Amino acid sequence: MSILLELHGVWAGYDGGDVLRDLTLSVPAGSITCVVGPNGAGKSTVLRVISGQLIPRRGTVVFDGEEIGGLSPRKILSRGIVQVAQEHTLFPDMTVRENVELGGFLLRDRAEVARRLRQIEDLFPIVTDRGGERAGALSGGQQRLVEFARCLMLDPKLVVLDEPSMGLDPKTLRTVLQQVAAMRDAGRTILLVEQNVRAGLSLAGQAVVLESGHVRLAGTGAQVLANPDIAHLYLGGAPRSLA
Amino acid sequence: MNDPLATPLWRGARVGTAGLALIAAVAFPFVFTNPAVTSVAMFTLLFVGSSSAWNLFSGYSGYMALGNAVFFGSGAYFLANVAKDLHLKGGIGIFALVPLAGLFAGLVGVPVGWLALRTRRHTFVVVTISIFFVFQLLAYNLHSLTNGSGGMQLPMPPWLADTYNNYFYAAALVVAVVAIALSWAVRRSRFGLDLLAIRDDEDRARGLGVRTERVKLAAFALTGFITGMCGAITAYYLGSIYPPFVFDALFDVTIALMAFLGGLGTVTGPVVGALLLEPMQQYLTLRFSNAGISLILFGCLFLLVIRFLPEGVVPSLARLLRHVLRTRGEPQAGPGDPPPYDSPADHSPAAREVPR
Amino acid sequence: MTALLEVREVRKSFGGLHALNGCSLTVQEGTVAGLIGPNGSGKTTLFNVITGYERADAGTVAFGGQDVTGLATGKIGGLGVGRTFQLTRVFNRLTLLENLQVGRAGVPRERRGELYGPARCMELLDFVGLTALAQAQAGSLSYGQRKLVELAMVLAQEPKVVLLDEPAGGINPTLIGQIADRIGELNRRGMTFLVVEHNMEFVMGLCDVISVMERGAVIACGRPEEVRKDPRVLDAYLGGALDDGPDDGPGGPTGQTEGIEGAQP
Repeated sequence: MSILLELHGVWAGYDGGDVLRDLTLSVPAGSITCVVGPNGAGKSTVLRVISGQLIPRRGTVVFDGEEIGGLSPRKILSRGIVQVAQEHTLFPDMTVRENVELGGFLLRDRAEVARRLRQIEDLFPIVTDRGGERAGALSGGQQRLVEFARCLMLDPKLVVLDEPSMGLDPKTLRTVLQQVAAMRDAGRTILLVEQNVRAGLSLAGQAVVLESGHVRLAGTGAQVLANPDIAHLYLGGAPRSLA
Repeated sequence: MNDPLATPLWRGARVGTAGLALIAAVAFPFVFTNPAVTSVAMFTLLFVGSSSAWNLFSGYSGYMALGNAVFFGSGAYFLANVAKDLHLKGGIGIFALVPLAGLFAGLVGVPVGWLALRTRRHTFVVVTISIFFVFQLLAYNLHSLTNGSGGMQLPMPPWLADTYNNYFYAAALVVAVVAIALSWAVRRSRFGLDLLAIRDDEDRARGLGVRTERVKLAAFALTGFITGMCGAITAYYLGSIYPPFVFDALFDVTIALMAFLGGLGTVTGPVVGALLLEPMQQYLTLRFSNAGISLILFGCLFLLVIRFLPEGVVPSLARLLRHVLRTRGEPQAGPGDPPPYDSPADHSPAAREVPR
Repeated sequence: MTALLEVREVRKSFGGLHALNGCSLTVQEGTVAGLIGPNGSGKTTLFNVITGYERADAGTVAFGGQDVTGLATGKIGGLGVGRTFQLTRVFNRLTLLENLQVGRAGVPRERRGELYGPARCMELLDFVGLTALAQAQAGSLSYGQRKLVELAMVLAQEPKVVLLDEPAGGINPTLIGQIADRIGELNRRGMTFLVVEHNMEFVMGLCDVISVMERGAVIACGRPEEVRKDPRVLDAYLGGALDDGPDDGPGGPTGQTEGIEGAQP
């Protein structure tokens, strides 16, 4: 399997010090890679480095054979890495269809925009069904799906999802996760950050466990789930019921 | 998280710098005796005071007031009226009235603030500007209090020309130091924390029990107190005051600009901003005599600052310094060092006990 | 047992949308009450109405027998109602310690020393695992970490009842367990909780009683084992039966994403 994205020996952080300390991880093409780890392990920082919002102090970020560390977020976007943020980022007063079309703002060719829109409508029926409605009127899970649809407008090589499960009720969560799998089946490479570890790992071909800014463990989702240390440290036992 | 600027060494350096700056400020009129220079220095100190005062309310609370000349003018006219009504003679005693002028301006701030602080954000900005123009208009029209556009005279001090400025310089220095001290004390107090919380999320602060109305009004009045003293000293120095001079829209903008330039919401920001801008403004006005050119240059500088130092001089320099210090200290931070952030593994079971 | 919090027939509309449609809910003193329901069913709006961040169009909210409908947020907080926010509301440019300290204004003067002493603040930060970041600005934290700061902020005030809006969202599973323990511990000392959460294992394990909201009203209420079998709940919320297997980890019903697991290469 070819490697689409590789971070090697990355050090990065903010005013107060380094959050990522000699971090090395790779994302194979055509699969789902899930990053898990405790709060503060540096998951958000990894995403900021990949999207160009944070320039690593040391180390390399190689995407599709080219170094992208230090490029501007816009350049990285045009290279084919699109990120779906944790918070809801649709424009609430615009329609669902307008929101999705906006995802193609880097494209100049209107015909190409229309062509991609049709492809996306096949994968995300909601764009057709609710296309004329205000995006703000959709529920949280529906908005998430529209965000997925929007990010595909740039025909990205890598889709980065930051905690797509956040704030979703169980029924909606299932739909959203199925849609993530469907994107993978449609040939996208997906990098997923999840706090809902079991949901994330059950979906992922490859898993990376972060701890204090470096990789504690990497392997297939099943291997990581089966690792007793990891299960103990991060997956938690069942919450103790009240005495 | 270890801030490289929070070490005792750097803290000491900060205190040392402040001490040296104070000594330099006290020594200044003895070294530079040219009245043209001391006059610029005195105005600079008054702007240090006014800008620090502006920052104390607007910088900390995030409410961008653009009408602080209301306080400045109120202080100036208060002093002129008291001196006139009591038939006071010029002399050092007039300075004793300056704090009273400040108190009066602070009192003016209570109803003004009560009115303006019902609004937020851009509405607040517009309301403060409007109130400013109302006061300017009143100054033109309340003849019994202001003598309208005829202006008012203040008593003439009996001092010789070569030491004349020094009295005003001393008074301005006292006010500037008071302003900085107040702004420092507020920043470190509960009151200051409440203001900063209001800046970040006012409704949340209220939900947590902060009495937001009271806190904002108190800070607004405190700003009025300091600014009013600056207005009174200016009035005494000029000897005569007219509505457009002491209720000056340019003053409203300048003190805000100084705080922006130096660093909004920091104690030293407005000081640095005033030290940079006021001498320059005075120089440009002298050099080109045409105030228009200095305004244009002023505006260009502001744009440059926003473009290259968006947080202001002080925070930008601090950031740079931190970066340099950390990069220099880097070789010691190998991968084997303890991680800077907590990880669950770092917690002994004892540390996990439920605090009461 | 007495009713500490009583919501009666509350209505709230935004434009044409009826966010709360005659919603009634009672929280008994000394319990941990759960509130579940699909996204958009009005749970957060109900929290906003109870805590005074929004004003109800109709209906009443009573706390400890006193009518608090329409009181200012600060007043309601002062009576002993604390809350956290689903989309965190921390003070971004203040440090974590300063964030905690803001709440000091909301407790009686004589208790400030006890509740907001430096040692207790550090203890609270330690509980949520953020001691090392005590001097960091809250805005530089990740979403999950800000969530933990909020939890510490509300617990610091020791309110009589705490409304938690998705306390487990964005939190790693181990810490979720610790938060559940902590809530249980505080509950045993008499603190009452009302918890909105989608993590079924968390809710089922922690709550004495669970109310289910749909379309702005409470459609079912009962003990966890009753609620999870209620067909209306299964249909509207869970979208299928809830597994009881030991493997049902945090995230609860996500264990049933058979289609997805099957699709794995």
